[in-house]
Amino acid sequence: MMNQKTTEQTLLSIKNLSTYFHTPEGVIRAVEGVNFDILKGACLGVLGESGCGKSVTALSIMQLIPSPPGEISSGSIQFAGKDLLRFSSRQMRSIRGKEISMIFQEPMTSLNPVYTVGNQIGETYRIHEGLDARQAKEKSIEMLSLVGIPSPQKRVDEYPHQLSGGMRQRVMIAMAIGCQPKLLIADEPTTALDVTIQAQILDLMAGLQEEMGMSIMMITHDLGVIAEISDKVVVMYAGQVVEQSSIDELFKHPLHPYSRGLLNSIPKLGDKFVRGKQPLREISGQVPDLINLPSGCLFASRCPKVEKKCLENVPQLIEIAPGHDVRCWLAG
Amino acid sequence: MLAYIIRRMFQAVAICLVISAMSFFMLFLNTDPALMLLPPEAEVADIAAFKKQMGLDRPVLIQYKDFLGRVVFHGDFGQSFVYKVPAVQLIMERFPATLRLALAAIVFINLVAIPVGVISAVKRGSFVDNIFTFFALMGQAMPLYWLGIMLIIIFGVWLRWLPISGSDSFAHLILPAITLGSWILPVNMRLVRSGMLDVLNKDYIRTARAKGLPEWLVLGKHAFKNAILPLVTVIGMQLGLLLGGAVVTETVFAWPGMGQLVLDSIHMGDYPVVQAVVVVFAVCVVVGNLVADILAALIDPRIRLN
Repeated sequence: MMNQKTTEQTLLSIKNLSTYFHTPEGVIRAVEGVNFDILKGACLGVLGESGCGKSVTALSIMQLIPSPPGEISSGSIQFAGKDLLRFSSRQMRSIRGKEISMIFQEPMTSLNPVYTVGNQIGETYRIHEGLDARQAKEKSIEMLSLVGIPSPQKRVDEYPHQLSGGMRQRVMIAMAIGCQPKLLIADEPTTALDVTIQAQILDLMAGLQEEMGMSIMMITHDLGVIAEISDKVVVMYAGQVVEQSSIDELFKHPLHPYSRGLLNSIPKLGDKFVRGKQPLREISGQVPDLINLPSGCLFASRCPKVEKKCLENVPQLIEIAPGHDVRCWLAG
Repeated sequence: MLAYIIRRMFQAVAICLVISAMSFFMLFLNTDPALMLLPPEAEVADIAAFKKQMGLDRPVLIQYKDFLGRVVFHGDFGQSFVYKVPAVQLIMERFPATLRLALAAIVFINLVAIPVGVISAVKRGSFVDNIFTFFALMGQAMPLYWLGIMLIIIFGVWLRWLPISGSDSFAHLILPAITLGSWILPVNMRLVRSGMLDVLNKDYIRTARAKGLPEWLVLGKHAFKNAILPLVTVIGMQLGLLLGGAVVTETVFAWPGMGQLVLDSIHMGDYPVVQAVVVVFAVCVVVGNLVADILAALIDPRIRLN
C-alpha cells in the first residue's frame, strides 16, 4: 500500500540509466547505472564535481545528448508514468519546454543574442500553446513581471546583451516556466552569478516552485545551494550515484567517504589558519578516467579508508537506513 | 540605428576621398602622360608646350584640387588621352554591363553557397558534405577562362540551352555569372558551413532545443541568423573583387563590360580613364560595404547598439 502511494507521488523515475559517448579514444562512460526518483512538488539536489555525469543525466532526461557521439545505452526514464526513452522525437519535442523545462548554467550564452527576450520567451507559447505573436508577447510581459524584472513592458523588447547576468537568468527562468512545466531541471543555475544574485535566484525558484507546485531537479556542485532549496540529495561521482538521502541526513550523517570529503571541504567560519596546517581541506587525487575505469570502487584511489575489497569488487548502492542509500563497502 | 547609418555614411565619404587622392597621386608619380602620349622623337619644347596645354605643368596639389572639384561637382574626369572623349562617357557606356554581371554573380554565389553551406554543416562529415567540399575545391582550382570555355562548349554548343556571347537577355547573363562566381562561391560556402558549425555548438541552440522547438526552427531561426553574419560582411568586399575580376569573364563571353577598357587604359597610360575607373570601382566597393554593414547591424543588435 505504501509502495503504491509512493508510485503515485513519483513524477520522474530513472532506472539504471547509462549514457555513453563514443570517441576515437574509447567509450566514455559518462553516466553508468543511475537510479533515482523525483517526487511531485519536491526538489531533488544532484550534487557532484565537474564531469561526474550530473549534466549528462539531465540532458539524457531531455534527450538532448548530442548524438553521435552520445548515446543512451540502457535504462528507463519514467515521466508521469511513461517511458521517455520510448518516445519519438516528435513526442519528445512536445514534452520539452512544456512538461519538462531546463535552465542552464551560463545565462550569458544561453540566450540567443540576435532575438529580443520577448521573442525568445514568447516562442514557447507559440509552439506549445498556439498563441499568435501579440498574445505571446503579452504572456512574455506577464512572465517577466512574475520573475521580478522591473518595467517588463520595456524589457520585453530588449536584447540579452542589454541585461545583467542575474536578469538574463530570470529571463531563462521565465522562458522555462512559461508553460507551467511539471519538472524544472536547473543545471547549475547560479554558478555564473554573484553571491547576492544567487540568493535572489534561489528564492525566486523556491517561490515559483511553491506557487506552481512543480518539481525541481537542482544540479549543482555547491552544497550551499543544495541546502537552501532541496528536500533530497543525490551525490554523484564518476557517473554513478554514490549516496542518496534527505538533505538533513546527508549533512548530519554523510556515509560515503566522498560525501564526507565534500562536506569537510567547506571552510567553516571561525577556522583559524595555523602555520603548517592546511586551512582549506581538499579531496586529494583525481577523478578516474571515464574511458578506463578501474575495477572495484571508483572512489578507491582517493579514499582515505580504502581496503583490499574496495579495489577488487564493485560496491552496489544499498539502503543503509530508511531513505538513505550508499555505495560503499565500509558503510553501515 | 539611424545614428549608426549616418556615422557609417560619413566614413564612406571619407574613404572615397582618400581613394581618389591615392589614385590621383599614384598615377602621377608612376607615369608621365606627356612622354607616353607624344612620339619618342618629340622635342623638349614640344613636351613643355603639351604639358602646358594639358595643365600638367602646374603643382600637383593644384592639379588634384582641380581634379577633385571637377569630379565632385561635374562628374568630369577629363578627356581620355587616347579616345579624345570624356572618360566618364567611356566608362558609363560599359560600366552598367560589368555591374550587372558582378551583381548577377553575387546572387548566383549566395543562392548556391548558403543552402549548400547549411546542409554541409548540418550533415557534417557525411557523404553529401564531402561531395560539396570536393566540388568547392574544384571550383576554386579551375581557371576562370577554362571554366568559361567548358560551360560554353557544354551548355552553348552541345546542349544549345544558353547563348554563349552577348548581353541581350537574362539568358545571356547565366553562363558569365556562373563563370565569374565559381571562384568566390567555394569561399562563401565554406564561410556559411563553418559559421553554421560554430553556431550549432552554442548554448543558445541547446536552449532552443530544450524549449521543444522543431529542428527547422532551431536551424532556420536560431542558428541561421547568427551563422550568416560573417557572410554578410564579406559580400560587400566581394563586389570589388568581382568587378575587378570580370575582365577575363567578359573577354571569354564577349560581354560588353569595361574589363578591356581598363586594361588598355593602364597599358596606354590613359590616366583620366584609369582614375575614373578606380574611383567608380571604389565607390561601388564602399557602397557595397555600407549596405553590408547596415545589413549586419539589422541582423545583430550588438553592432548597432555599440
